[in-house]
Amino acid sequence: MGNEPIEKVSIIISKGSLEGVYPGLIMANGARMEGIEANVFFTFFGLDAIHKQRQGKIKVATVGNPGMHMATWLGAVPGMSSVATKMMGKKMEELDIPPIPEFVELVSDSGGGLYACKASVDMFGFTKADFVDQVEGVITVGEFYEQAAGGQIIFT
Amino acid sequence: MTTQTIAGVPVEVNDEGFLEQPDQWTREVGAAIAAENGIAQMTDRHWQVVEFMRTTYLEDGSAPSIRTLGKASGVPVKELYQLFPKGPAKLAAKIAGIPKPRGCI
Repeated sequence: MGNEPIEKVSIIISKGSLEGVYPGLIMANGARMEGIEANVFFTFFGLDAIHKQRQGKIKVATVGNPGMHMATWLGAVPGMSSVATKMMGKKMEELDIPPIPEFVELVSDSGGGLYACKASVDMFGFTKADFVDQVEGVITVGEFYEQAAGGQIIFT
Repeated sequence: MTTQTIAGVPVEVNDEGFLEQPDQWTREVGAAIAAENGIAQMTDRHWQVVEFMRTTYLEDGSAPSIRTLGKASGVPVKELYQLFPKGPAKLAAKIAGIPKPRGCI
C-alpha cells in the first residue's frame, strides 16, 4: 500500500460524556475541512449527542477519569461535573470550538452524514423523532458497513 | 520555497502552493490560483469568502476557523462547501494569498 490520501472516513461515537463526544466531532469536521467524505454513526450513550433534549446537557466525567487529576471523592461532589463542564466550555469557546449542539449542526452543514445505531435506539426506546433534524436515519450495523465501504472506520 | 510567476506576477510560494508573502497577492493572482485548484470561475460569493479570509488574516494575524467563516463572512457553512468542495478554509486561504490555516476547527 502506498500513501494514498484518505478519501472517506466513518466515525463511530459510542460514549455520552463530553470527552467521549468531542473527539469524534472534531475528527468528522476536520475530515470535511480537508475535503474528505465523513459519516458519523452514534451508538450507545453516544446517542445523547444527537438527542434533542440531551445534547445540550452532556458533561465531562469527573468520576472514574484519572485524566481529571482529581480525587474520586471530590469528583463525586454534587455539581462538580457541571462546574468542570462549564470551565471546559469556556476554554473551548475561547478556542472557537462550538458547544455540542452547534457542532453537530456544523458537521451536518459541512456535508457530514449523521446516523443513529438501530440496536441502541431500540434498546433505549428512542425513535427518530427524539433526534435532531440533521440525523439522516436510524440504520443497522450492516447498513453502516455498507456505507463505510471504501473508507476508514474510526471508533471512539 | 520557490518563486513562481502567477498571472504575470512573480510570487514566492511554499511546496503546497500557498503564497509566502501575502503582500505579493493581487486579485488576478487569486483567480489564477483558483483556476488551478478546480474553480474555473470565481463568483461574487467566492470573492466574499476570500476577501473575508484575507481581511481577517491581515487584521488578526491568523485565518478564521470554519465556524467563524460560516458565522461572520455572510456565507453560511453549507454554501461554503458548495463554493469550495475540497475544503473551504484551506482553499479560500490559498486563493486569498495567506498561509494555510492551522486550526483544528
